[in-house]
Amino acid sequence: MEFQHIINEIKKVDPEMPERLSDRRTAMKSFAGIGAKIGLAALPFFIGSIFKKAYAQAGPSQNVVLDVLNYALTLEYLEAEFYAMGIAKGTALVPAGAPAAAIKTIGDHEAAHVQFLKTAITASGGTPVAKPTFDFTAGGTFANVFSDYATFLAVAQTFEDTGVRAYKGRAAEITKGGDLLTAALNIHSVEARHAAHIRTMRKANGFGDVKPWITGKESGIGSVVQASYDGEELSTQAGINIVNINGAMISASAATEAFDEGLTKEQVLAIVGPFIVQ
Amino acid sequence: MIQKSSEALSRRAFLGMAGAATGMMVLASSCSKNDDDNMMNNGVDLGSGDVGILNYAYALEQLEAAFYTRVAQSPYNGISASENALLTDIRDHEIAHREFFKSALAGAAISNLEFDFSAVDFSSRASVLATAKAFEDLGVSAYNGAGKLIVTPDYLTLAGKIVSVEARHAAYIRDLISNGSFADNTVVDMNGLDTSRMPADVLAVAAGFIKTKINASNLPR
Repeated sequence: MEFQHIINEIKKVDPEMPERLSDRRTAMKSFAGIGAKIGLAALPFFIGSIFKKAYAQAGPSQNVVLDVLNYALTLEYLEAEFYAMGIAKGTALVPAGAPAAAIKTIGDHEAAHVQFLKTAITASGGTPVAKPTFDFTAGGTFANVFSDYATFLAVAQTFEDTGVRAYKGRAAEITKGGDLLTAALNIHSVEARHAAHIRTMRKANGFGDVKPWITGKESGIGSVVQASYDGEELSTQAGINIVNINGAMISASAATEAFDEGLTKEQVLAIVGPFIVQ
Repeated sequence: MIQKSSEALSRRAFLGMAGAATGMMVLASSCSKNDDDNMMNNGVDLGSGDVGILNYAYALEQLEAAFYTRVAQSPYNGISASENALLTDIRDHEIAHREFFKSALAGAAISNLEFDFSAVDFSSRASVLATAKAFEDLGVSAYNGAGKLIVTPDYLTLAGKIVSVEARHAAYIRDLISNGSFADNTVVDMNGLDTSRMPADVLAVAAGFIKTKINASNLPR
C-alpha cells in the first residue's frame, strides 16, 4: 500500500518516527482498515494532520506560514500587475532594447512568484488571497506612472526595495520553516537583484544618484517614498558598531550599505496602502 | 532529525523547486584542490549548531573580503572610475561583514583563513569579474541554503540583512559582464526563485580558493 511505503521512506531519515507517533499508536495499527473506510483520496489529508501534530515543534505553525505566504502573495500581485501594465504601454513608456528586456525579465519573475506562492499556499493547506484592485498612481501621487519613464522606474525601485525589506522583516517568523523558508529566501534575493538593476537603470538615465545598494536612508526619489527607506540608515548590527569596526576603515555610508534592513508587516501595509483600492 | 524528516516531507509536497545550479561547477573543477594541510588534522572546525553556520558565513566573508581587497589594491586594466568606486564599495561591504562575524562570534570565531587566488588574473577585467560573479552568486546561494539550518530567529534576520546585499552585488557584477544578466536563468529558475546550496556544496566550490582546510562535518544538515 502506498501509505506504508511513505512510512518506510520517513523511517529511513527518521528512525524514531514511530515513537513520535506513539500517542497515535492505535491509529497506526489500524491503517489498513482506515484506508479502506475513508478511501484513498482522503488519505493525504489524513496523513497531513497526523504529521502536522507529530512534527509541530520542528518549525512555525501552519497559521504563521500561511499568513506570511499570503502577505508575500499580496506584494507579488502588486509588483506583477505593475510591470504587466508598464509593459503593455510598449515603447511609449520603456525604451526598446535592454530597458524593455530588463523590465520583461523582472515582470516575468513577479508573475512566476504569484503562481508559485498560490501553489505553495494551496499545498500548505491554505487559500490564496484574492488579488486586490490596484491604483498605481497612489491616488494621484504618481499620476504619470505609466506615461513617464522616470516615474515608472522610481515606483519600480520603491516596490523592489520595499519587497526586499518586507520578506526580510518576516523571515524570522518562519525560522525552521524548512523548504518553505528556503523558497521565501530564494524570492527575497531575486527581489534584491531586481532592485539593484532598477537602481542602475535610474542612475544610467540620470533619474537619481543611486547605487545598486542603499546608502543611508536615501531613496534618490524624494520624500514621497521616504517610508520605504527609513530605518536603512542603521549602522549598528546586533549591538556591534560597523563604522570602522575592528580598525577597518568602514565609512558610515558603507556601514549602512553593507546591511539591508527589514520592515514590519504594519510598515509595509502602510506603504502599499495608497496603491490598493480594495 | 525532526527537522530533517519534516523537510523531506515538505519537499515531497512541493513542486520541483530544487533549482540546481550548474555554472559554478566549471570553476570548481578548474581549480586544483589543496592537499597541503591534509596531513594529520581535519582542518579548521567550523563548529556545530548556529555557531557553526555563523562561522561558515564568516569563512565565506573572509574569502570575499580577501578577494576584493586584492581587486582594490591592483585595479584591472581599463577600469572605469565608476567601476573602481563601486568595487571598492563592495570590498568595504565584505570587510564589514567579515569583521561583524568576527566580533559577533568572539571566542567562538574560527581563525583567519589563507587564500589562493592564483587562478585569478587581477589585471584582467574578464578574469576579475568572472571570479566576482562566481563568489557573489555562491554567497547568495550559501545564505539562501543555510537559512533553514538556523535555529535562532535573530540570526536568520541577520543573515537576511546580508544576503540581499550580496544579491545586489551579484546583480551589479553580472550587469558589468553583460547588461541585463542580473537575474538570468542561470541563477533564477522558472518559478522565479534564486539558487540555494547546502554548505557541503558551497565549500566544495570555495575550496578551490581556500588554502586552509575547513572541517564542516559538525554543521547542521
